[in-house]
Amino acid sequence: MLTLLFDGIAYGMLLFVLAVGLAVTLGLMNFINLAHGAFAMAGGYVTVLLMNRLGVPFLACLPLAFLFSALLGAALEPLLYRRMYAKHHLDQVLFSIGIVFMAVTGVDYVVGSMQQNIQVPAWLQGRFAIEWAGIGKYRLFIIVVCAALTLALQWVLSRTRFGSQLRAAVDDPRVAGGLGLDVNRIFLLTFAVGSGLAGLGGALGAEILGLDPSFPLKFMIYFLIVCSVGGTTTITGPLLAALLLGIADVAGKYYVPKLGAFIVYTLMIVILMLRPQGLFARAGSAK
Amino acid sequence: MNFGTGAAEVLRADARWRWWELGLLAALAASWPLLPTHALLLNEIAILALFALSLDLVLGYAGIVSLGHAAFFGFGAYAAALFAKLVMPDPLLGLVFAIALAALLGAACSLLILRGSDLTRLMVTLGVASILYELANKLDWLTGGADGLQGVVMGPLITPLGSLEFDLAGRVALAYSLVVLFAVLLLVRRLVHSPFGFSLQALRDNRLRAASIGLSVNARLFAVYTVAAAIAGAAGALSAQTGGFASLDGFDFHRSAEVLLVLVIGGTGYLYGGIIGAIVFKLLHDLISAWTPQYWNFWLGLFLVVLVFVGRERITRPRTWFRTRR
Repeated sequence: MLTLLFDGIAYGMLLFVLAVGLAVTLGLMNFINLAHGAFAMAGGYVTVLLMNRLGVPFLACLPLAFLFSALLGAALEPLLYRRMYAKHHLDQVLFSIGIVFMAVTGVDYVVGSMQQNIQVPAWLQGRFAIEWAGIGKYRLFIIVVCAALTLALQWVLSRTRFGSQLRAAVDDPRVAGGLGLDVNRIFLLTFAVGSGLAGLGGALGAEILGLDPSFPLKFMIYFLIVCSVGGTTTITGPLLAALLLGIADVAGKYYVPKLGAFIVYTLMIVILMLRPQGLFARAGSAK
Repeated sequence: MNFGTGAAEVLRADARWRWWELGLLAALAASWPLLPTHALLLNEIAILALFALSLDLVLGYAGIVSLGHAAFFGFGAYAAALFAKLVMPDPLLGLVFAIALAALLGAACSLLILRGSDLTRLMVTLGVASILYELANKLDWLTGGADGLQGVVMGPLITPLGSLEFDLAGRVALAYSLVVLFAVLLLVRRLVHSPFGFSLQALRDNRLRAASIGLSVNARLFAVYTVAAAIAGAAGALSAQTGGFASLDGFDFHRSAEVLLVLVIGGTGYLYGGIIGAIVFKLLHDLISAWTPQYWNFWLGLFLVVLVFVGRERITRPRTWFRTRR
């Protein structure tokens, strides 16, 4: 039972790191980016290729995965994404589905369609056997890393100058621009960091979630659930939603394997019916 | 249009048959005798066109962005296949049964899309399709699970011309699909040129204003979503009946995205986008996948991105090329 809870938390933390970039894109630019998973996949593949082909150690791969996805995001944002912000949601959906299809087949073409595995270092394998729960070392590692990232994010958002600029731009880009903030630059930086975090999440999750070219499609709905259920105005909303989703998914698959992902989807629809703006949205922040 | 004409006259003028509408329908009908060797491909086109027509009602007329329209397609396909397998093999009754079930599902789902923003609706439609996918996957005693429902044997088609067996070349199937497509098209054409159709466009353009001039927004969304679901169910039923099987693929996200693309290629909001889009899409698909079967999706994606960049309004509305300016 506690093991399940623990695994669920690890899964949820991972989902949070993967999806937090999407929450920002949605909240900040009001842009429905279905291609967010593609950045996560990029990070995952960077890790897999570096480790398996070049023998780079696992820990060194994580920052590289972050960097690669962040650079990818920074390159694509001004080239493609920026022109999409003002467009109709249908255009955004079409555009990002197009990106997903290209990413999926592109990776398939370059790397091949088989599932990729990574070998985590020996000190992360195995479990701590405590009498009431088994705690996987790798999952513990994920929780620690993700918790540290969450705290750092929270600190940046609430304590730094950039954080307050970002919050201002989220609340009202036009007024923020009018006050002399370079909103485009804030968007660019945020998009890059969000993509980088997704890449890092992809690298961390390659072991747990599995990695193959259909990754962006398989997990797209999970990322979207985190954002729509959690609301996009805070960072704690998506965090709680991700934890809820992680625990519900792990527990659901363990206790009623027949129903599979059924529970998660049903839960999502019910929550969205009751709270269309998300479970943890601030009052009056309807967009 | 001058200000002296009454509203009824304006409506009637808009509902007049245009020459290109008749031309398109004539071309479709003529494809049956003229291209007997391509009946299978044409049948797929007709089914896809019907499916896209259903999405057009929801997206083009009512303005709901749906990422889970395959839910109704797959549901119709399974309903028709199961009906043929468990109850009786008559295709027409199966079609009616599938349409009725899909309409019921649509009516239930329409309650879910009344609230919330575009994102919420996107998630809910996607979620419904995913739930049905999971259900069809897990209920393998009924649906065959991941293998799909195979070995659906259809009985002969009872027509005024006598009973017709489905043949391997797919000519009967094509005729069947075309007749259904025409029937639905006429029905929908009548619907969108009615005051009801105009009220849909009003609430698509501005829901708040539509509500404040006294339109019941929710009732209209409920109605149009139910009708669209029934049509998508018909498309699914046709695909199951003429193809002889129903599979999980019917519920797949891929299918929802595909029909969205088809509709967007043809253009939304003037009924024929689905048909034109289906023709263009299937021909492109045939061409490209003959050249690079595995990576067809890449070109599809590239096409989507370019389409959005160039502006779907500009290149995908053949109507605007031909129409004389008033």
